[in-house]
Amino acid sequence: MTIFWRELRAGVKALLLWSMVVGGLLAVCVALYPSMADSMGDVSALFADMGSFSAAFGMDTLAFGSLMGFYGVECGNILGLGGAFFAALTGMGLLAGEEGGHTAEFLLTHPVGRVQAAAEKLGAMAVLVLAMQLICFAWGAGTILAIGERAVWEDLITYHAAALLMGLEVGGICFGLSALLRRSSFGLAIGLAALLYFMGLAVNLDVGLDWLRYVTPFSYADAPRIFAGEPVGRFALTGGVLGCACAAFGLWWYGRKDIAA
Amino acid sequence: MIQIERLTKTYGKARGVTELTLRVPEGSCYGFIGPNGAGKSTTIRTLLGLLAPTAGSARVLGLDCRRERRAILAQVGYMPSEAMFYPNMRVEEVIRFSASLRKQDCRAEADALCQALDLDGRKRIRELSLGNRKKVSIVCAMQHRPRLYVLDEPTSGLDPLAQRTFWSLLEGRRQEGATVFLSSHVLSEIQRQCSRAAIIREGRLLREGAVAELTGAGTRRVTLRGGELPSQLPGAADLRREGDTASFLYSGSVDSLLEALRGRHLADLHITEPDLEEIFLHYYEGGDGQ
Repeated sequence: MTIFWRELRAGVKALLLWSMVVGGLLAVCVALYPSMADSMGDVSALFADMGSFSAAFGMDTLAFGSLMGFYGVECGNILGLGGAFFAALTGMGLLAGEEGGHTAEFLLTHPVGRVQAAAEKLGAMAVLVLAMQLICFAWGAGTILAIGERAVWEDLITYHAAALLMGLEVGGICFGLSALLRRSSFGLAIGLAALLYFMGLAVNLDVGLDWLRYVTPFSYADAPRIFAGEPVGRFALTGGVLGCACAAFGLWWYGRKDIAA
Repeated sequence: MIQIERLTKTYGKARGVTELTLRVPEGSCYGFIGPNGAGKSTTIRTLLGLLAPTAGSARVLGLDCRRERRAILAQVGYMPSEAMFYPNMRVEEVIRFSASLRKQDCRAEADALCQALDLDGRKRIRELSLGNRKKVSIVCAMQHRPRLYVLDEPTSGLDPLAQRTFWSLLEGRRQEGATVFLSSHVLSEIQRQCSRAAIIREGRLLREGAVAELTGAGTRRVTLRGGELPSQLPGAADLRREGDTASFLYSGSVDSLLEALRGRHLADLHITEPDLEEIFLHYYEGGDGQ
């Protein structure tokens, strides 16, 4: 577990930074809700009636003036994007970072199996993603309690669990890609996360792109859909399988590839 | 200790090493000489399981370097030519990390090595010069007292004092029975430290043998003062002139040389063993290597 603990220690600073920024934004949004709710009555119908724009962000399925509607639209987008970016960057740096920084030669000339080394890194990534999502949930839930609002906790927890699965899936995909690369590509990580996010928006806009629901994790980690009670289980299952498959590919590939100097 | 049989490694169409065969006896200090890009690091990385051989095989400590990589690495101390570590870690953390990857408590040995090398364990890696990173590499390679040291350009970047300390530490380990595989293009190091050596060029083994044999393999440095050189002298190469002094490498018989020089009114004649540097250049410029 030596590599696991080292990766955790190496990732703590980024974890705290991302958790504070994303979680802090969630808290600010929720804290603003009471003051917005008073003036929201009139504009709520307007937000729900903006055609494609409303559909893209799920405002046609939720009452934006309610806490859950507000949380789903505002906090859902912040946590969705922030969580995906953090997971993508963490996953991408794991293996390619060692080669790009020329530390793979140091690490892998110790009596440690390559697959074991990669698996410990993958485990550390999963823990970091889990910690980030828990901290963000604590920020969001804590602020809801602090302002004295009543949430539908079951829906809220389901959404945050879906966001956690999304983070693990994105991290798994980037880990698999990382095994193929010779150096970290944070641009690729951010680009991939953004692409998946826009796929999620596109799915909401065009019914003809329904098949994309099986590709993008934003189809199941979609607060408005979860809060509206739409079933997302099969998309979550597909996403989980895709993330696991990419991670397994990364382990297999890293176990047999030549290590760059 | 190391057995390499017809080892070939290619990177797509690019050459790494071709049909390399070597044997490093246990307890020896074995030199591995070649210019940049000759295939030295490729060979070492293949021995350590970082690269998969395209063909052939390599065994270290009697173990297959691909299938039994972990067992080999548990008994090997490796110094790469470029010592790279995690930049945000402290020196002592890197050293401890290396020991814990080996599941060993090497604190006493590591402290002694750091003291000998005057290495500050509290500094962060990113603050270190190349020489100090090399010192970290030395500690990581030696703290677990391995049976085999694989050293790739170990002294590049080290100041003379640190070099002397390093060779002294290594000599101590050799006296305890450790084997050293030393890759270098600092030929004087090979000449001083190694009993046997292999010369590699463009991925192929050019020459292998005792260092004494390699330096004295029939080639001499001949220096003449005054007189005239014969227009043709079979076996002569690398002719240099400076004033009335001429110097060349000669690989023919001494009798033939003396016969060719007879009656040429020479003021002085020196025939010396060339150093390894000259032998090396001789092989590389198409002598025996062609």
